[in-house]
Amino acid sequence: MWNGLLGGVLIGLAATIYLLATGRVAGVSGILAGAIGERAARGERIAFLAGLVAAGLIAAVTGSPAAATPYPTPVLIVAGVLVGFGTRLGGGCTSGHGVCGVARLSRASLVATATFIATGAATVAIANHFFFAAGTP
Amino acid sequence: MSRRALGALVAGALFGVGLVVSGMTDPRNVIGFLDFSSRWNPRLVGVMAGAVGVHAALLALLARAGGGRGARLLPPRNDRIDRSLIVGSAIFGVGWGLSGYCPGPAIASLGFGARSAFAFVAAMIVGMLASALVPRRHSGCEAP
Repeated sequence: MWNGLLGGVLIGLAATIYLLATGRVAGVSGILAGAIGERAARGERIAFLAGLVAAGLIAAVTGSPAAATPYPTPVLIVAGVLVGFGTRLGGGCTSGHGVCGVARLSRASLVATATFIATGAATVAIANHFFFAAGTP
Repeated sequence: MSRRALGALVAGALFGVGLVVSGMTDPRNVIGFLDFSSRWNPRLVGVMAGAVGVHAALLALLARAGGGRGARLLPPRNDRIDRSLIVGSAIFGVGWGLSGYCPGPAIASLGFGARSAFAFVAAMIVGMLASALVPRRHSGCEAP
């Protein structure tokens, strides 16, 4: 729990630095989509994404164990398409709506966050029931 | 490298370290949060509380900076609740629950060299490109 809180504090700080540096909200899905689909501000979006990857690389080098995904690749591919499509359609993900939007008390972001937590929980309940009945994934 | 890009790089790295420290790059912690059964894992609540609390506090300080002029730094907010917001977020949640990955942790996990993250991120980009085929929501942050 304390690690979670500490990590959260760093994320809140990072979101503020991104906003101050670029004038835009630190929503990762929007940053990735913008880096791919827009010419404007591409460099700084790529810089943010490079920083994210570098953090994972540093963690790997300093010996944090790679997180094991309990899911088979075909499921991950379906999930990835849904996450990419859904976050663009809905205008944000856990960072843009869940952290930045909620911190600004945006009604739309509060609704979005409640919605993706609800369908995420329903999906896990169904997946546990049908696919992983043998044990915790 | 421009100052904007340098700021974005630092922000990205700090964001990623936050995700690693909090265990959010491990999909099991995310699935555990979404699993409201007896084995519920509350870690994500701490992450959200820390991130939202710090960001909100810093934004409040910023808004007061320079006699209120700081508020102008904030990008416009799209507060409209429409069908694409709900449907899109619902679809995102299904993918999130099926994988334990949302965009930030998935991209940070590329640095771990996790093969599953490469498959997920490639699929996510396909989904983003496909979303251009339907009318979609413009968030306040990513101006149209």
